[in-house]
Amino acid sequence: MTWMQYLAPLLKGAQVTVMISLASIFFGVILAFAAGIARTSSNRFVSGLAFVYIVLFRGTPLLVQLFWFYYALPLVGVSFDPITTGIMTLALLTGAFGAEVVRGALLAVPPAQLEAARALNFSKTYTLWHIAMPQAIIEMMPPFGNLAIQNLKDTALVSLISIADLTFQAQSLRNITLNSARVYTLTLLGYFLIALCLMFAVRFIEMKLRRGPAFPRSAHS
Amino acid sequence: MMYGYAWDTSTPLTFALSILPILGHGLLVTLQAAAVGYVIALVLGLVLALLRRSRIKAISWTVACFTEFVRDTPLLVQLFFLYYVLPDFGIILPAFMTGALALGLQYSAYTSEVYRGGINAVSRGQWEAATALNMTRLQTYRDVVIPQMIPRIVPALGNYLVSMLKETPVLSVVTVLDMLGLANMIGERTFEYLVPLSMVGLIFLPMTLICSALIYAVERALPKSGIPLR
Amino acid sequence: MNPIIRFQNVIKRFGALTVLDNFNFEVQRGEKVTLIGPSGSGKSTVLRILMTLEPFQEGLLEIDGISYHEPDGRGPFKASEKHLHTIRSNVGMVFQSFNLFPHMTVLRNVVEAPVAVLKMKREEAESRATELLRMVGLYDKKDHFPSQLSGGQQQRVAIARALAMRPRVLLFDEPTSALDPQLVGEVLGVIRDLAREHDLTMLLVTHEMRFAREVSDRVCFFDKGRIVEQGEPERFFSNPQQPRTREFLSSILGEQESQRESIGCAQ
Repeated sequence: MTWMQYLAPLLKGAQVTVMISLASIFFGVILAFAAGIARTSSNRFVSGLAFVYIVLFRGTPLLVQLFWFYYALPLVGVSFDPITTGIMTLALLTGAFGAEVVRGALLAVPPAQLEAARALNFSKTYTLWHIAMPQAIIEMMPPFGNLAIQNLKDTALVSLISIADLTFQAQSLRNITLNSARVYTLTLLGYFLIALCLMFAVRFIEMKLRRGPAFPRSAHS
Repeated sequence: MMYGYAWDTSTPLTFALSILPILGHGLLVTLQAAAVGYVIALVLGLVLALLRRSRIKAISWTVACFTEFVRDTPLLVQLFFLYYVLPDFGIILPAFMTGALALGLQYSAYTSEVYRGGINAVSRGQWEAATALNMTRLQTYRDVVIPQMIPRIVPALGNYLVSMLKETPVLSVVTVLDMLGLANMIGERTFEYLVPLSMVGLIFLPMTLICSALIYAVERALPKSGIPLR
Repeated sequence: MNPIIRFQNVIKRFGALTVLDNFNFEVQRGEKVTLIGPSGSGKSTVLRILMTLEPFQEGLLEIDGISYHEPDGRGPFKASEKHLHTIRSNVGMVFQSFNLFPHMTVLRNVVEAPVAVLKMKREEAESRATELLRMVGLYDKKDHFPSQLSGGQQQRVAIARALAMRPRVLLFDEPTSALDPQLVGEVLGVIRDLAREHDLTMLLVTHEMRFAREVSDRVCFFDKGRIVEQGEPERFFSNPQQPRTREFLSSILGEQESQRESIGCAQ
């Protein structure tokens, strides 16, 4: 087999990998904000719920989570197709780690800012979204960048619940050609290239956030 | 029946309790794999960090690229690589060792960054004082830099130990009989995955919490200025 | 007698900035020389080059007749670690920020290098350290850690540590500049006692003019990488020849007088 013939299936797999990674990062970020903000809430129940979610998903292995959602849950009647399961599990994991990042960044906003907001009689919600969050977001970017790379690496595990991602294609290619060295080297290079793209994207976003004003002008409605 | 233990699927509770000893065997394998992998990561990471400080650009650059490459690629693929490619070069290892090696390799890329940060954090004045006293580089590392570095790197290295514990289930993919591997085998035979998989998760949870607590205790026990030498 | 230190047309650059420009300087055995001047004038650089903490680009530097270049070296500062190791055995340094090893006790700080480098037996090194610590007045703190000591105490330990290696040349890089004013005296006292050692060559960079006057055989005024003026302290301080010297001395002495008045300490 020529190098080109290796590339075709691997590229198809890479597409799936990127799709799953981006989708799970997207939902993961949403979950991260939801849970991170919930953790700073004064409502005991809300904060506690978020706490349980975070501890559960940070304290157990991803592969166990994947298998649990894919093999165990259907036995109580709740079943999803592999891709949904994969994206959902990865999103939940990324969200749990991201929640700690969000919480940390929010707690790092200087208390003086929050006192000033209080003095100006801003509501808690307004303070959160228009005062605290814009300052916190820049702090979140570097750790989120690491989480994005981690997420990309974690997507490889979805090949084990029969999603045709890059690793899955590599496995089937290896079974056909028995040329393990070539197949896996190309696969590793593929992940590395995707990782580099992710890193650039995150740095780009971070740059954009730094250039803009720390307080985005909010349109008063 | 497995490892001499039979399971009882009558109720979820009896099922759970009856497979506990079996999972215990898997837990042992998990802990052993993490232990071996961690030692490899600690040693190899230190080697990589020191090589990265080499004044020969070719060496430091190669090590930097290698480290970045290993950090940004999945453990699973690296594991497959080692598992299938090493035998082609005549290196035949038991699956457990291949798994531990893969863990050690991937995490050495992380630990080398921790070591680098730790070494850089020791102030220049300490290096200059050691030079003024005519100590060799080796003596400086041994008696001045490393003792001061250790308290600073314990938190990060500890976190990576916990992470590694959570990544050991990946080894079950190459036939290592850890907890997840055994749980899957039980599931295949009984068609009952819910209890075994939940049990694995429920065992990991306190394990990681205890590990984190132990690391925190070590952190607190070490003086901030460094390992004391009298 | 051959000078123990000889700089000959030494040029030292930091990137585009030339810090020492065709620098010539000699120090005799047992001489006590004080280097004064504004910051950035190159005086600390001279010490750091002597201590092999910095290389230099051109020129020749010898200590006791041994060149800092390897015997057959040419061009930019080129010497193997082994050669530098031999040279360094002649030189010791006391730093502005003390640089004691924070994780070692006072005793261990003083004992560490003699044991590791001079291969002394631990008992021998400890008895020598005891002697030195008594000399600087800190023997009772020998089992304390640096963080438990005041700045002045730490600096005195640093002096004992440097002396433990029996250097022939001892360099002091602004030894009291980082100290609270009331702690300066105890350190200067130790340095004053040391200056009575005939065999010890001392190079001192300091802003403490009264002390320099008291202790030095020679004072050198540095400006922009060159020695503008030098001479015996009495003549130097009472009748400086160069305008730059006069300018510098009047500004710094005036400052020090008002400082001493405000904290009311006698020195």
